[in-house]
Amino acid sequence: MTLTAVNSTKNSESMQNQELFVYNTKNLNLWYGDHHALKNINLGIKEKDVTAIIGPSGCGKSTYIKTLNRMIDLVPGVKTNGTIEYRERDIFSKNFLVEELRTRVGMVFQKPNPFPKSIYENIAFGLKIHGIKNKQIINETVEKSLRGAALWDEVKDRLHEPAYGLSGGQQQRLCIARCLALEPDVILMDEPTSALDPVSTLKVEELIQELKEKYSIIIVTHNMQQAARISDKTAFFLNGEVVEFDATDTIFNSPADSRTDDYISGRFG
Amino acid sequence: MPSIGVRGLKGARGLKTTNKDLSPVQQLLEKKYNGGFLNRSEKVIPAVLFIMAAVSVLTTLGIVLTLIFETITFFRDVSIVEFFTSTEWYPFSNTDPVYGIWPLVLGTLKITLIASVFAIPIGLAVALYLSEYAGTRTRKIMKPILEVLAGVPTIVYGFFALTFVTPVLREIFPSLELFNAISPGIVVGIMIIPTIVSLSEDALSSVPEPVRHGALAMGSTKWETASKVIFPAALSGILASIVLGVSRAIGETMIVSIAAGSTPSAALDLTSSLQTMTSYIVQVTTGDAGFGTTIYYSIYAVGFTLFVFTLAMNMLAQFISKRFREEY
Repeated sequence: MTLTAVNSTKNSESMQNQELFVYNTKNLNLWYGDHHALKNINLGIKEKDVTAIIGPSGCGKSTYIKTLNRMIDLVPGVKTNGTIEYRERDIFSKNFLVEELRTRVGMVFQKPNPFPKSIYENIAFGLKIHGIKNKQIINETVEKSLRGAALWDEVKDRLHEPAYGLSGGQQQRLCIARCLALEPDVILMDEPTSALDPVSTLKVEELIQELKEKYSIIIVTHNMQQAARISDKTAFFLNGEVVEFDATDTIFNSPADSRTDDYISGRFG
Repeated sequence: MPSIGVRGLKGARGLKTTNKDLSPVQQLLEKKYNGGFLNRSEKVIPAVLFIMAAVSVLTTLGIVLTLIFETITFFRDVSIVEFFTSTEWYPFSNTDPVYGIWPLVLGTLKITLIASVFAIPIGLAVALYLSEYAGTRTRKIMKPILEVLAGVPTIVYGFFALTFVTPVLREIFPSLELFNAISPGIVVGIMIIPTIVSLSEDALSSVPEPVRHGALAMGSTKWETASKVIFPAALSGILASIVLGVSRAIGETMIVSIAAGSTPSAALDLTSSLQTMTSYIVQVTTGDAGFGTTIYYSIYAVGFTLFVFTLAMNMLAQFISKRFREEY
């Protein structure tokens, strides 16, 4: 119900303004050595949408999201061709520092990976490495980010305790808060709830709903209900190809491709 | 082979009783549990292991007790106040021997200091390089080479200090004496580099990869990630490696005996001959004093002092690894 409503407003917005793409992927191919992992991907991702990427294991969905902030560079033997434009700038271009890209595009990982530092330092880290030393700004940002990640009330009395003392779900929200501190444009989430229990998962999902007011979110998930619950657009990946990319309710209610239908109705994957 | 085992298996299969029904695996399992050997050997093993453990503990205890008793004997002849307060060490004087440990301690400290100044920065840089920057191939080549460096006998290092490092240094600083603190200090530093590198590298590499990814994904550079996230996370292991390296420098004997000279000196000068606690012990045990003399007992007092130093370093290492431990 609301999903449809949200989508229709989103669609009408984008009709009015064609400049709303944050990411535009054109003919992207990617190889791990000889393995052709992404095949001719073309995707336009809109601003302030929650875009879900679904598909069976090994379909390339994680590879794709890691390419968006070039974390894929860390994997040895990766080759790409084609382009990904972030705000109309080629992310593979030599003129676009990978550090700048990753500052503007935050990432939340599959398993919570806070730094082995205090809760406070986890948030302050991003500001400090980017040269912000003003204590007042840092303090304000720490509070704002933790509030933004719906974690402030739970941790405000123990900001200087180690982040590893938090529960898994809290750690994951801390990682989201850590992203928010840099006020990113896009947040990439690579199966952010796959290591969490159902209650923590629900909290993170609610958080994503709030975050989409301000951020563009791209989320990889193997949980189809999750994609249906939280996303505006869904891309279905299979064997390194985008089978279908459309509004989430179209994908789940009347998919155009029979393979999408088979996957979402649980016939494989 | 009628037995409990057979009954158990038969029950499980719900079939007949004869042996030929048993598969080869079942026959072997039955044999294992019917022999009775397992029970006996499981009882003997902890006893054997305990004896081994007891032997090593008792040996250590024996050594410490010997040190203590002989040191007490030494202090019957020499005043303990003189030992700790006098700044002269002239045990071989026929008329008026003086036993003030300070010059020997100072000699050890000089060597340790130079070795540390030399080895800690290099060791940490190499460890950071190997764990954060080097490719798998470079690491596979460099680590074994460093381990070879750790396996070089110290007498070879001593020889290297005296016949290579000292002459080179004297080319540059003509005022340097043949026996000095700098050359053996540097070579002791070279000797402890592998210890520092190997343990620090282990500590750095054991910081989980996702932590690195987290930092990189926030736009930190490789160096920012290494220096502000990985290094602090590995700090306890790194400090422990340094303490261990330093305590090896304190106890190092051969290099200083060969290249540092044998002149106990209370001067702070690094360019002249000195004697460390260890090299004094070598000097005495290689024949300069007869059994039962005061000089003979003095090596126990010096050895005990040395033992206190290294023990303190080990305790420091333990404390550090507990205090700075980060959980991942």
